[in-house]
Amino acid sequence: MTVFIIRRLMQSVIVVLVMSFIVFVGVNIVGDPVEMMISDEATQEEREKVIKSMGLDQPWHVQYGHFVQGVAQGDLGKSFVYGEPALKIIVQRIPATFELALAALVMAVVIGIPLGVYSGLKPDGRLSKAIMAGSILGFSLPTFWVGLMFIMVFAVMLGWLPSTGRGDAVPFLGIDVSFLTMDGLSHLFLPALNLALFKISMVIRLARAGTREVALQDYIKFARAKGLSMRRVVLVHLMKNIMIPVVTVLGLEFGGLIAFSVVTETVFAWPGMGKLIIDSIQSLDRPVIVAYLMITVLIFVIINLVVDVLYSILDPRVRLQDVKS
Amino acid sequence: MSDVAANGGPADQDMVQRAKDAAVETPFQRFRRDFFESRVATVALAVLGVIVILALFAPWLAPTDPYDLAKVSILDAKLKPGAKSLDGMTYILGTDGAGRDLLSAIIYGLRISLGVGVMSGVVALCIGTAVGLTAAYFGGRIDSFIMRIVDIQLSFPAILIALILLVILGKGVDKIIVALVIAQWAYYARTVRGSALVERNKEYIEAAQCLALGHNRIVFRHLFPNCLPPLIVVGTIQTAHAISLEATLSFLGVGLPISEPSLGLLISNGFDFMLSGLYWISFFPGVALLITIVVINLVGDQLRDVLNPRLQK
Amino acid sequence: MHFCKSLAAASVAAVSLMAPAAFAQTLTIGLGTEPTSIDPHYHNLGPNNQIAAHIFSRLVEQDHLQRLTPGLALSWKAIDDTTWEFKLRKGVKFHDGSDFDADDVLFSMDRGANHPNAKASFKLYSHGGGKEFIKVDSHTVHVKTPKPYPLMATDLSNVHIVSSGAKGKWEGEFNNGNQTFGTGPYKFVKWVKGEVLEFERNEAYWGDKPHWQKVIIKPIKSSPSRLAALLAGDVDFIDQVPTVDVAKLKKNAKISLSQGVSNRVIYLHLDQHRDPTPFAKGQDGKDIKNPFKDVRVRRAISKAISRDLIIDRVMEGVAIKAGQLLPDGFFGRSDKLKPEAYDPEGAKKLLAEAGYPNGFVTTLHGPNDRYINDAKIVEAIAQMLTRVGIKTTPDTMPKSVYFKRAKNNGPKKPPEFSFILVGWGSGTGEPSSPLRSLLATYNKEKGWGAANRGLHSNPKMDEVLEKALASVGDDKRAALLAQATEIAIGEDVGIIPLHYQVNTWAAKKGLKYQARTDERTVAFGVKPE
Repeated sequence: MTVFIIRRLMQSVIVVLVMSFIVFVGVNIVGDPVEMMISDEATQEEREKVIKSMGLDQPWHVQYGHFVQGVAQGDLGKSFVYGEPALKIIVQRIPATFELALAALVMAVVIGIPLGVYSGLKPDGRLSKAIMAGSILGFSLPTFWVGLMFIMVFAVMLGWLPSTGRGDAVPFLGIDVSFLTMDGLSHLFLPALNLALFKISMVIRLARAGTREVALQDYIKFARAKGLSMRRVVLVHLMKNIMIPVVTVLGLEFGGLIAFSVVTETVFAWPGMGKLIIDSIQSLDRPVIVAYLMITVLIFVIINLVVDVLYSILDPRVRLQDVKS
Repeated sequence: MSDVAANGGPADQDMVQRAKDAAVETPFQRFRRDFFESRVATVALAVLGVIVILALFAPWLAPTDPYDLAKVSILDAKLKPGAKSLDGMTYILGTDGAGRDLLSAIIYGLRISLGVGVMSGVVALCIGTAVGLTAAYFGGRIDSFIMRIVDIQLSFPAILIALILLVILGKGVDKIIVALVIAQWAYYARTVRGSALVERNKEYIEAAQCLALGHNRIVFRHLFPNCLPPLIVVGTIQTAHAISLEATLSFLGVGLPISEPSLGLLISNGFDFMLSGLYWISFFPGVALLITIVVINLVGDQLRDVLNPRLQK
Repeated sequence: MHFCKSLAAASVAAVSLMAPAAFAQTLTIGLGTEPTSIDPHYHNLGPNNQIAAHIFSRLVEQDHLQRLTPGLALSWKAIDDTTWEFKLRKGVKFHDGSDFDADDVLFSMDRGANHPNAKASFKLYSHGGGKEFIKVDSHTVHVKTPKPYPLMATDLSNVHIVSSGAKGKWEGEFNNGNQTFGTGPYKFVKWVKGEVLEFERNEAYWGDKPHWQKVIIKPIKSSPSRLAALLAGDVDFIDQVPTVDVAKLKKNAKISLSQGVSNRVIYLHLDQHRDPTPFAKGQDGKDIKNPFKDVRVRRAISKAISRDLIIDRVMEGVAIKAGQLLPDGFFGRSDKLKPEAYDPEGAKKLLAEAGYPNGFVTTLHGPNDRYINDAKIVEAIAQMLTRVGIKTTPDTMPKSVYFKRAKNNGPKKPPEFSFILVGWGSGTGEPSSPLRSLLATYNKEKGWGAANRGLHSNPKMDEVLEKALASVGDDKRAALLAQATEIAIGEDVGIIPLHYQVNTWAAKKGLKYQARTDERTVAFGVKPE
């Protein structure tokens, strides 16, 4: 296992380096951050000074060299826009995004699994068909559209929930979180549901498919034949088996949630990483774009590792190793 | 099936007939019978057919050409559904902020959305299939190397990859297709490899190898056709995905340029009008997008059920 | 959900019981922009300057119509041709309790010009024209320039004054509040990037005491979301109301709107330098000589555009048609120039005279996220030009890409485009800045023509402008500036002005905002009706 983890980590370092190179060079081709930054009335001399202060007078390979040197010392560069370390700016935004993604994940499981298991057990029932139709809808609805509909209906027309932004945050284990205050929860609900919609549909389908396959297998039939109650069969035997794909997929999808929060955060003005990356793309804040991607890649690597380890615990048949040759 | 059986006499005959058919029918006939068993899927397929025809023949089917600037007039901007234009034409779904007939814009938009989705799907399918087959057939180091790359790529969500690429590439139909292909090929590669690995160990491949047939021949004449069913399923679902992804990226402002208005772009253009009560400008394109994705997903779903041997009783 | 809401309401009520007055005097603003820093010298940019206006003061202030009023300087006058004297206000204290005097002025001017990390410095204002600051006594400052410098007070109304205690401290210390001490109406409380910015009233403010005791600013970039936040009551006041919503909001009894024309003109640049130019082709797609170099073609384009139609249909009536660089009421404007009337037949005639009876083919480029309805304006203009025979393709892109490609690096590196839509807001509130940047002949040494993206050039105009910039007498200068504008736009059609942007703010009923021509949104401009 240790060997596996070390190999995985080394691979990840290569991935991060390659990604950083592609992205660094890539973003250096597009747009002109200087033109975005300076005022309309700046003179040519002013402009040249700013170009120099941001290091943009150097050829890109020299810039990349500086960047790699910085990274080796834990410095991902300074934001063009804010003038502060890119790493610091991103780390400040991580709690908000994680909070949103976790809330969405919890919703996906709490809503998705019961619906999925139900429709898997009674595949021909009317309610099951409705659930499946709903899940197809959930897959098909574009997130941004649903987000705005939510705001229109729940915030503007009904006035039940706040429309945008994050609520009051309180420190929890040294991190500011908003889900511990009533105000925070009410702000969290709509964006989390918006983000979760796709995943709820996915969990419904996974749980349904799992249930259908497992329900046909002999040991379930056997358990039923043995006279175990349906309740026990479902809760113990069935759940245990459908949890494996659900955990794996959800683990992987946690990363997806973080990525997809770009859309939700933009619509709900949620001050997380996703909104930061869109803002940075718009203002061509190259160091923040590159740093965001490197940090996201790292988060993914960690998630994948954790999922693999969890997977091996849940399903002892799986051995941790790379693809067999 | 069950309600047919409940009908008594004729149903029995039907069953007998079916049993006979089953004995002689080709796999394709069986597939067709299974597919059309679901009424929902049948309707979905029909709707999809209509959508494809609309998209293909947009210039002949749309009431106006919404992008002929000599004909579009800003004077007709933001007309309600059913309103009449200055020269007496009726705008069934109203007009958008630039005075374009919305129905025509949606039909043209369908063309772009479907075009982007299908094109990127086909290219990704070709690349993914080639890579997946190579990995499965040769195995060993080639396989582990390729699959490592596929795994790494798959560990990143498609939206993130597409977002990065579009930041670098800029806007445009060609660019978004490139981005979507790169974001998707790995799904196909993994699918093909998975089923090809199963097939590879079957006797007929061994037999072919014993006959010393060429690699290409074995892979494309024998291995590939047997990997098709899962590919079709993945392809359908991925196309729906690609269409939705394109709409999202256009919403975020990194997708298509204004001169190539897909459904996603129509929706996001209409966004500004939503709260002002001009709901139709983004509502109808939204409905069109929704219907398109839903029917593709429904068809894909049915395909999965039909083509998945494990679910066949 | 009702339960959540009532619980939240209860907790708010509990807080407000403890400090009822404070609660009643809190203003929550939903802002379409966010500053990049609280350091007032870090980034000379609209969103930053409007935030700095709360915390810091300037020697000379600009009121809501950009008229100059006394700020930290009580009075100013030219004591000879090249020296201005500023008498400073006495008894003013910074938020940390330290006294304001001439040293702070000298320090701030230097810091504004030489901030090492500045993204856009204030050098043009603090040291433009070779200004030199001399402390005469603790409350008198002299500013000397090599040549007469009439725009002195206007320039200095753009530089924020910080305490000299900030020596050696840069944006980091301002962003976290350690050194955020000004003399403005509000004190800095906290800034959480992307989330919230908080101020409290400066009880010792030297000017009119602002109404709100506490101000909470929430950045909400997306316009529909910002409007939704106001309609849902999450914020009391928003800026940048989309034009399309204005008509409906006017009818909404719970909302009160404020509108005002801005100093920003939206206009078209045409390449008057290259021959042939990349985006002008014959109807057969072949290269032709640059049609935009012919003043008749430029005027024909201006005539082919119906400004009324754009304002009515694209801008929802929320804009004012333009015939020059600044709207009515501004200093140095020409009374002779009127917006070009819509005349498609006249346009066709001029095109034929210029040798283009069948028109030509071009592409109009523009940004799609910079000005109000920018992409839609580009589309509308393309429609109109196509109707007089100039087959125009609209092409818009995000400002991040657009401005790089539209950048003017002088005659050797002209912009990529031939025909573009841009806007210009005059921070000085008079036409010398747009004349200098947009229409004067490109000259790197003088700092002229930096944004002259069409590379227009007319030595006659340059000469008049030069004279204007050296005239201390206001009347004479105003006449010369008007004359320069008449040459550049009236005779030459160097650029084609379309309209002046009108900005709209919306507040919940009972509040009123005093609209500003400089487009700023400031808490002290919001008052109960």
